[in-house]
Amino acid sequence: MKKFAIASGVAAIGVAASLLAATFSLAQDNPAEQSAPLKPAAEFQSITDAKQRSWALFEEAGKVIQHPRCVNCHPATERPLQTMAMHPHQPPVVRGEGGMGMPGMTCNTCHGAANVDVVGQAETLKSIPGNAAWHLAPIEMAWQGKTLGEICRQIKDPERNGGKTLAEITEHMAHDSLVGWGWQPGAGREPVPGSQAVFGELIAAWVESGAACQ
Amino acid sequence: MVTFTLNGQERTFDGDPDTPLLWVIRDFEKLTGTKYGCGVAQCGACTVHLDGMTRRSCITPISTVDGSEVITIEGIEGPEAKAVQAAWVAIDVPQCGYCQSGQIMSAVALLQVTPKPSDADIDGAMAGNLCRCATYHRIRQAIHNAADAMEG
Ligand code: FES
Ligand code: FES
Repeated sequence: MKKFAIASGVAAIGVAASLLAATFSLAQDNPAEQSAPLKPAAEFQSITDAKQRSWALFEEAGKVIQHPRCVNCHPATERPLQTMAMHPHQPPVVRGEGGMGMPGMTCNTCHGAANVDVVGQAETLKSIPGNAAWHLAPIEMAWQGKTLGEICRQIKDPERNGGKTLAEITEHMAHDSLVGWGWQPGAGREPVPGSQAVFGELIAAWVESGAACQ
Repeated sequence: MVTFTLNGQERTFDGDPDTPLLWVIRDFEKLTGTKYGCGVAQCGACTVHLDGMTRRSCITPISTVDGSEVITIEGIEGPEAKAVQAAWVAIDVPQCGYCQSGQIMSAVALLQVTPKPSDADIDGAMAGNLCRCATYHRIRQAIHNAADAMEG
């Protein structure tokens, strides 16, 4: 996992591999830069059974939660992912302390306070993402490879959600700026569906209706 | 107008605020030790220290540098820099040299935080600095040697 060019026994092959991987990673998403739609919470009022309504609301919110843009920074290993294809981050970086990367190459070596448009590059590479709070979710908040039901239970579990109450989860989803980056991911990246306001209302309605998970 | 310090001296830049820091360093300040490799944060050749931390200058708009302290290979100093320089010279780390100022900026930043790095620490700090001449083994050795030398 943590073996890469610098650790390779066959250095020349390692370099070739890392250059290849770097080249591969340079292409950003296919430019479906429009958000997919997200149904507002009000549209779920007609479901009379509270439990069913609650899960339906979370399923809709799941279109955001399980979008690669979100899962890429909730990886199941030490390594973040990139692009809609969710391949391992290039250059090879790891979580490090507080999800900030390793000393000598912390996340802010490349990721600044805002997205940065690159200049003089190919059409397939438009920007480097950034946010003032840029970091990786801790391993107990890993979403990669989990079903939506598993993620749902995980989000409610204070042991695995950073000790948050459901009210704090609602606030976080609706207003956190790094969560909000998903809708403003920079040129060349597909945003998550809908808007943070609609997403926040879905989570609030899910909590109000009993925060059901499947 | 952007104001910052470059290797301890106050500098200003009045051009396009989107201009990458790397271009300001090379084209306007004429400090050419910092190299352009990829322009997209993939190779590490352009690494400088921004407020004491490594930063890829090729993807750093000069507007974001206002009020900051920039150190390049020409201005790096202190015990870690001295130890790295001696260790690099002692075992002739560079081959063509193109990647080396970036490698050294990363290595010094690592030693400033982690004086006695393990191989994993070195991987963590150096994985973003590519070397087309594959000097990786000598880089690793020289970082260990520099750490030993600083320990005395
Ligand atoms: S030139 Fe900046 S990382 Fe390659
Ligand atoms: S010494 Fe030639 S690229 Fe590293």
